[in-house]
Parts: sequence; C-alpha cells; structure tokens
Amino acid sequence: MTRGFAIMPLVLAALALGFCWHIAVGAKSVPLVTVFEALTNYDQSIFDHAVIYNLRLPRAIFAVVAGASLSVAGALMQGITRNPLADPGILGLMIGASFAVVMTFGYFSFSQVAFMPLVAAGGALVAAVLVWGIALAAPGGATPLTLVLSGAAISTFLGAIITMVHLLDEDSYIEMRVWLTGSLTGARMDILYWALPWVVGGMALALTLARQVTALAMGEDTANGLGVDVVRLKSLAMISVVVLTGSAVSIVGPLGFIGLVIPHVVRLFVGADYRLIVPYSAAVGALYLLLIDIVARIVLAPIEISTGIVTAMLGGPFFVWLVRARL
Amino acid sequence: MAVFSTRPQPALPFNGPVSHKNQFETRLRVQNLSVGYDQEEIVKGVDFFAIKGGITVLVGPNGCGKSTLLKAMARILTPMAGQVLIDNELLHGLPTKEVALRLALLPQGPIAPEGLSVQELVSQGRFPHQSLFRQWSPEDSRAVSEAMKATNIVEFANRPLASLSGGQRQRCWIAMVLAQETPIILLDEPTTFLDLKVQVDVMNVLRKVAKSGRTLVVVMHELNIAAAIADHLVMMRDGRIVASGTPHETMTRDRLKQVFGLDAQVIPDPQTGRPICVPRLSESL
Repeated sequence: MTRGFAIMPLVLAALALGFCWHIAVGAKSVPLVTVFEALTNYDQSIFDHAVIYNLRLPRAIFAVVAGASLSVAGALMQGITRNPLADPGILGLMIGASFAVVMTFGYFSFSQVAFMPLVAAGGALVAAVLVWGIALAAPGGATPLTLVLSGAAISTFLGAIITMVHLLDEDSYIEMRVWLTGSLTGARMDILYWALPWVVGGMALALTLARQVTALAMGEDTANGLGVDVVRLKSLAMISVVVLTGSAVSIVGPLGFIGLVIPHVVRLFVGADYRLIVPYSAAVGALYLLLIDIVARIVLAPIEISTGIVTAMLGGPFFVWLVRARL
Repeated sequence: MAVFSTRPQPALPFNGPVSHKNQFETRLRVQNLSVGYDQEEIVKGVDFFAIKGGITVLVGPNGCGKSTLLKAMARILTPMAGQVLIDNELLHGLPTKEVALRLALLPQGPIAPEGLSVQELVSQGRFPHQSLFRQWSPEDSRAVSEAMKATNIVEFANRPLASLSGGQRQRCWIAMVLAQETPIILLDEPTTFLDLKVQVDVMNVLRKVAKSGRTLVVVMHELNIAAAIADHLVMMRDGRIVASGTPHETMTRDRLKQVFGLDAQVIPDPQTGRPICVPRLSESL
C-alpha cells in the first residue's frame, strides 16, 4: 500500500511538466521558462504572461479537472460493476448528461450556468438508472454484455433525439456543436467555478469509498462477508460517478474513452487496490487529457482538432486491444 | 425480549432424530428459519446450530437449500420467517460490519480481481477491523502473516493469485477469511472442483482452524470427506433438515437412500472408525 505510492511523485512531476508544456504550446509558442516565470512570478506588463493567464492557463485547468473527473468516474464504475468495459461513455451516462444540457441550455435556452453541473449530473443519473434497469430486466441480469448493450441502446436513442433537436433548432445546434464533440476550446471559466466544488466533493467521496470498492471487486457475497454494506456502497459510488461525470461534461462536453482507458492503464502499474487506483487515475487522467489536448492543437496547426475527436481516435484502438485481451 | 437475553437457551428440537442435544455450546443458532429468493421459499422452517469450536458440515443433494441456509447465516439473505441468532443476538439486526467481526464467509467460487497478489488478497480479510481513520496496524500484519502460515501459502505472498493452481488459490481464500479473525467461519463448498489430494489438504487446514477454537460451518458435496472431518453432520433435503448428529448417527445406509436416493453400503474406516460410504453400481446394464 505505502509501497504503491512510491511512483506517485513521478506521476505528479510528469503532470506538472505536462501542465506547463500544455501552456507553452499554441498559436504562439512560449518557452517553458516563461511559463514557469508567469506561474511563479506574474508580471502583467509582459504580453506572454497575460496570454498565459487569460487564455492558456484556464484551458490547462479544464483539461486537468475534466481528465481527473472522468477517469475516476470510470475507475469507480469498473470497480462497482466488476465490468472492464464500464465507463461513463459506454454505459450511457455521458450522453445522458449531454442530453440534459442540450435540452435545458440549448433548446429551452435556460441561462443559469450555475446549474449546469447539476443538470448534467441529473441527466447522467437518469441515463444510468435506465441503462441498469434495462440490463436487469434482460435474461441473465446486469452482466457486462447486457450493460454494454443497453448503454449502446440508450446512447443511440438520446443521440438521435439530440440530432433531431438540432435539425429543428439551428441556433441551439450552432451554440452546442463544438461543445458536443468534447472540446476544451469553448470551455468557460465561470462553468468551471460552478463545477469545481462538485468535482472536489465527488473526488473526496471516491477516495473514501476506495477501500470498499476493492472488497466489492471480489464479488458481492465476499464483500458482504467482509462487512461491506453493498447497497449503500453502490448508491454512494453512483452519486460520486454522476457528479464527476456531470461536472466534466458541463465543462468540456462529452469526452469519451478517458474513463475507460485510464483506469486500465493505471491497474497495469498499481494492481487491484482502489485506494491506489483512484488517486492514480485522477493524476494520470489529468495528464492524459493535457497530452491529448496538446496533440489536438499541434498536429494540424494552425487548425485545431476537437479534443474529443482525438481521444476517440486514440481510444478506439485501445478499446479493440482491451476487447481482445480481457474478454 | 427473550432473544436478547444472554443466558444460554435450551437447544431446540430438530426435524430429524437428535443426538447430542445439550452436549454442545453454540454461538450460532437458527430457529424456525424460512428463506429463499424472491417469493420462492427454499429453506423451510429449519432449526440448526453450529458446535462451538467444531466443524459442522452440511450435506444434501443439489438444490436442497444448504447453500441458501448458509447465506442466511451469513446475512446475505434475509429470512422470510424465523431467525438467526449469533451469541444470542439477532443476526439480522446487527450492522454489517459488526457481523463481519464475528462471522466470516467464504462464498462458493469466489472471484479475484485481476492483478491482486496473494498478500493483498489475504489483507482484505482485515477489512472489518479497519476504518477510514484507522488504517493498517501491526495487529493487521500479525493476523495476515498468521493466516498465511496456517494455510501454508507464505511462499506465494507476492505472486498474483491468477498464477496459482486451484488448490493453492483456495488456500489463499481460506487465509483471507482466517485473517478476519472471527470466532465463526462459514464456507460454501470450499473443495468443489479440487482433486482429492487437494481436498484433503484443504480439510486439514480447516481441522487445524477448528482445533484453535473457532466454529466452522462447511457446505460440501463429498460425503466421505464430510464424514471424516465433521464433528456434527447435518443432512438436508427439499429445504428441510432430515438428520443431524455425529457422522456415525447420520450417515447410515437408510439415510443415504432417503436423502440422496443413493444405494450405498456404509462401512467403518479401519483406522478411525468413521463411516465411509461405498456406492453400489447398478448390476443390470
């Protein structure tokens, strides 16, 4: 356990470096030294410092918060469902959150962004309940297969409604289309402020549940025998997952694959203990999204690719590997 | 209420012929218990007790309700009627964690998450002894290392569970429930799918555990091994207890016919005198 935290400083150092590199990269690249200076000794008369503070730094923070939230949500879901394919994207939570946001803020033009993380979390919760309900009603119950299938069904259905809304309402389409690909470009600082307390709460909850999630990974009966209140644990984990997913979606839109990929990568290094998987997933997820966003901005520079498209392009092949190796 | 009294209660009559009715102390007692899944009653009005510091073995044909009974005693299933008493307290009224300090469960065919090492698995047994604010202690380390010694798995400590054979893995799971250090341990088919030698190894571990004063309740299929290790052998059929007592008393030719529909001869083990069942094959082919 304490041995397991040995590589944490390394991961955090990489995260700090990735954070600065992310800030340095852009339409005008800034030397890393200037980034350090701006972060440690801000001087508003220097143009680069102003760019860093007003444009680059917020974007790096979006990446860190969203990356950490989504991978922790994925890790918890994989733990409590004992399903290697569990992820806020695959099990429909993300499209549920997006759907709720598109309807509330796009179609009905509600404008209080303070409620956006809550609306998104509510959408994620409803979608999760639907997906679980459908899977439970299937013969054989909520197996990895039925969960993934009902997740796909709900995603397709809600996706179709979003498309329909957009066909009927061009304004909302124009407003939402970038956000819906999962992008750090249009992310807004005010939404981050509203989402941040939820993220902190969701993370804290995830960390306190981690020990019990490890026990639950050995099956419900075993966990029960060890003294885990399984129903309570699952409910609390569900709250953490929808809050984290909702917050991330409200900041950067639906970003797939992070919640799926990162916990698996983390497990390769730290094993099966969720007291390690949760914090490492947060750090590695943040780092991963920073790197992805760097790629999104430099491969076709000066054109910027949507971050969500890059995560999907890199996540797709990994998904194939996962299916071949684990199922 | 009577059930909360701490005075020892008189043993209750059994459904079948009863022996050692008042000879044994018990910490785990089942009274008139009915339990099942959804609306279907699988265990029907059963009275049962486990001998303190001994091995109680539950046998019976598939679907007779022995695993269901065990699950009710492990608090996984909630009784439809009747009650389970642990140290004369109502089991289903206790908090999950409190139960886990008194009673450990090894479920049937447990699954280990990928990448878990043997040491990590055994350490999970300390779960009920810890909390968010009381993490790993020297006491935990002692319990884990003792459990690993008792089950002879010290050499595998750092290997992933998945790399071990079936018998070695089962010993690791038993180590996990031992590390929980509860006075009562329930095991659901701990030897199924293991070859004979390994079954005997596992049973020797369990005998050692019982000798240390813990109460064991074991569900199993292998009749001869059950008779060889049981202090108390209980036979179930169709959700009811048909016979209970020493192996000598319960494992008789007539009873095997009645409970299992098995045509078998029962002879004494030349060394221990314990009954052995020798099934007869059909002569007409």
